[in-house]
Amino acid sequence: VNWSLFFDLTVSGVTLGSLYALIALGYSMVYGILKLLNFAHGDLFMVGAFIGYFVIQWFGGPSALSVPVPILLLVMFVLAGGGVGALGVAIERFAYRPLRDAPRIAPLITALGVSFFLENTMLLLFGGSYREYNTSEFISFSTGIHIGVLNIDIVRIMVIVLSVVLMLGLRLIVNHTKLGKQMRAVATDREAAEMLGINVDYTIAATFFLGSALAGVAGVMWGLVFNSIWTYMGFVAGLKAFTAAVVGGIGSIPGAVLGGLLIGLAESFLTGYVSSTNANLYVFVLLIIVMLVRPSGLLGRVQLQKV
Amino acid sequence: MSTGPGVGVDEWVARSGARREYQPGWRGDLERGWERLGWWPKLAAAALIAALLPQLGMNGFQLQVGINTLLLALLAVGLNIAVGWAGLLDLGYIAFYGFGAYGYALLSSNQLSTSGVHLQSWESIPLVMIGAAILGVVVGLPSRRLIGDYLAIVTLFFGEAFVEFTNNVAPSKLGGPNGIFALDPIHGFGGQILDNKGYFYFALILLVLTIVVLRLLDTSRTGRAWRAVREDPLAASLMTIPVNRVKIMAFAFGAMVAALAGTIFAAQQVSVFPTDFDTPFLILIYAALILGGAGSIGGAVAGAVVVSVLYDGFLRSDTQAGYIFYGLILLTLIVKLRPWQKLVGVLGATVALGFALHAIVKAISASAVAAGPQSGGWIADAVRDWVIVPSNTTRWGNIGFVLLVILLIALVQLRGRWRTILMVPTLYLAACVWEGRLVAEPSITRQILIGAILIVMMNARPQGLLGTKRVEVV
Repeated sequence: VNWSLFFDLTVSGVTLGSLYALIALGYSMVYGILKLLNFAHGDLFMVGAFIGYFVIQWFGGPSALSVPVPILLLVMFVLAGGGVGALGVAIERFAYRPLRDAPRIAPLITALGVSFFLENTMLLLFGGSYREYNTSEFISFSTGIHIGVLNIDIVRIMVIVLSVVLMLGLRLIVNHTKLGKQMRAVATDREAAEMLGINVDYTIAATFFLGSALAGVAGVMWGLVFNSIWTYMGFVAGLKAFTAAVVGGIGSIPGAVLGGLLIGLAESFLTGYVSSTNANLYVFVLLIIVMLVRPSGLLGRVQLQKV
Repeated sequence: MSTGPGVGVDEWVARSGARREYQPGWRGDLERGWERLGWWPKLAAAALIAALLPQLGMNGFQLQVGINTLLLALLAVGLNIAVGWAGLLDLGYIAFYGFGAYGYALLSSNQLSTSGVHLQSWESIPLVMIGAAILGVVVGLPSRRLIGDYLAIVTLFFGEAFVEFTNNVAPSKLGGPNGIFALDPIHGFGGQILDNKGYFYFALILLVLTIVVLRLLDTSRTGRAWRAVREDPLAASLMTIPVNRVKIMAFAFGAMVAALAGTIFAAQQVSVFPTDFDTPFLILIYAALILGGAGSIGGAVAGAVVVSVLYDGFLRSDTQAGYIFYGLILLTLIVKLRPWQKLVGVLGATVALGFALHAIVKAISASAVAAGPQSGGWIADAVRDWVIVPSNTTRWGNIGFVLLVILLIALVQLRGRWRTILMVPTLYLAACVWEGRLVAEPSITRQILIGAILIVMMNARPQGLLGTKRVEVV
């Protein structure tokens, strides 16, 4: 057995999985609270990656940075998180809020429209070419943990650690704050929550902000690890992330993390051991099978249908 | 038309016609007469008009748009079976279209001739449709267990998997990203279709035939079962409707119609590529169906005509795109702005603002107005001294576009006097961005417009142009 390859694939699978998990959390939160499949969520992730790219350019480009790297990273994460979070709130306000009581298909089609709009707006503004973060020019990939065949570079360590911190933080917010309690109440029954005096509009907006901010941060991390970004990167990543949320059981935070890791690892191992050109095809087939076998997800509960 | 609620029709919906009040005089008579007219005279009239169009001297481009429109109508009508009638959200529909095109490409070209397969069109088209029906049954199987969004996501995976499949698997047969070339034209029984006019009529005849079949299906036992399943699967199963079989049938019928459209597409284009069957086109089909009104055949066709003629026809040419752009803005203002004094005020202020700003900016810096409008035709001449288009079009156009989106959002938020006041700079900025940036890149602009139309349409009229508003029983 080639252990070096095995560990490399595991590390890259966990990295990819953490990113999927971060996107999946936003998907899961929005789905939990509005029962809306927010197709635009993947594109918010893409917008985050672009914000990170422009922060690097703004500070003089990857090879001639005018600020220390930690400050650069901080600015990237804060701007991407805040900017994408605000964008998510705006989308909710103008595209989804008027449709809250419409038939189910209407917000879904609107979500497709928003996704289309975001992708092509970015295409119009910034062109269709790939853009490079060139992380290796300001963070040395050779630093990190190297024990025998186990190699993890510093960027991947940062991505994994930051993802874990963000997930724990989200869990804290959802389970132990007043806002989290309101979010859970609105997700369970919106009308009842409204009658109890919960500001439903505010709670939903806050949910969109948190979920979109996580996607924005994930976008920056994607750029740091995988280097190239482009306008259509969001759709497929968002699709896989949504499945991560579904595989883990929609609405459940540990489930989204578990699903993200599973899909990341599966993709990584399929690429490494089976075929690199057909990896996406196999991932899609695998996902279809998982959905068929366990529609309610691994950690999800089977919901009784009320009549 | 009907005296009482028909079988399998919700009473409230059935009486929606009776609850409506007709307008007095000849307009009411006309309306009543139109409603009393059966479906087939309307279909015959529409088909006749469509058939006359090529005789009026369409050029090659217009004929191509016509064929695309007919194909999109066929696809929308097929999508309507699963989405509109049976209420199953099928986001993998585009794969059936691709299956039809690839099926025809494999069977009716030299691609498989090493194994001795090279069929006539009249053999390959039915074969492909049967294959698509079987594939539809397989893809429909998940609908036994999955409902709503879960079904949507699985079918979406199926669509994505199809594109990956044609891109990567068996490049020697499927051609990979390079696609398959040199397909046979539609031929058989000693004749073949050689020009686009022939394909236009071929597609039109098949569309009419499909509509007739679907129309009969709609009022049949199966059609009523679909609607029952859409409204409430649980109640339908209590009425002894075989819910699972009915759902799978909807998938299979939709797949057959899509595959039929695919074969015509492949034969007319003489080649197929994986990118022809990507998600953006799926969104276009959905846009057509939703715009027209899901659940109605006439709506699906009308939506397809609107979307296709706008998207494929007008938005490709900058002059015509300009007519549509300014025309739509003017129309919206006329409909939305009351009383007319306000309308005149806003328009006048916008025109005055434009000329004033243009004069001021020109006095300060000549390069700021150097580029002039990018569109052609008489509109460009008319607005030459009105819009500001700086020489660095791309950069200022981008800033203007972002600013425009922000202004539009603010416009929706505001009420009363401030809204009217803000409308003036927004309109002017829209014209500037249009002339400076959007016209220059039509392929992106039309996608943005389709996205925006979907959002606005869903917000304004979720049931579509010709659809009837449904009551959701929760």
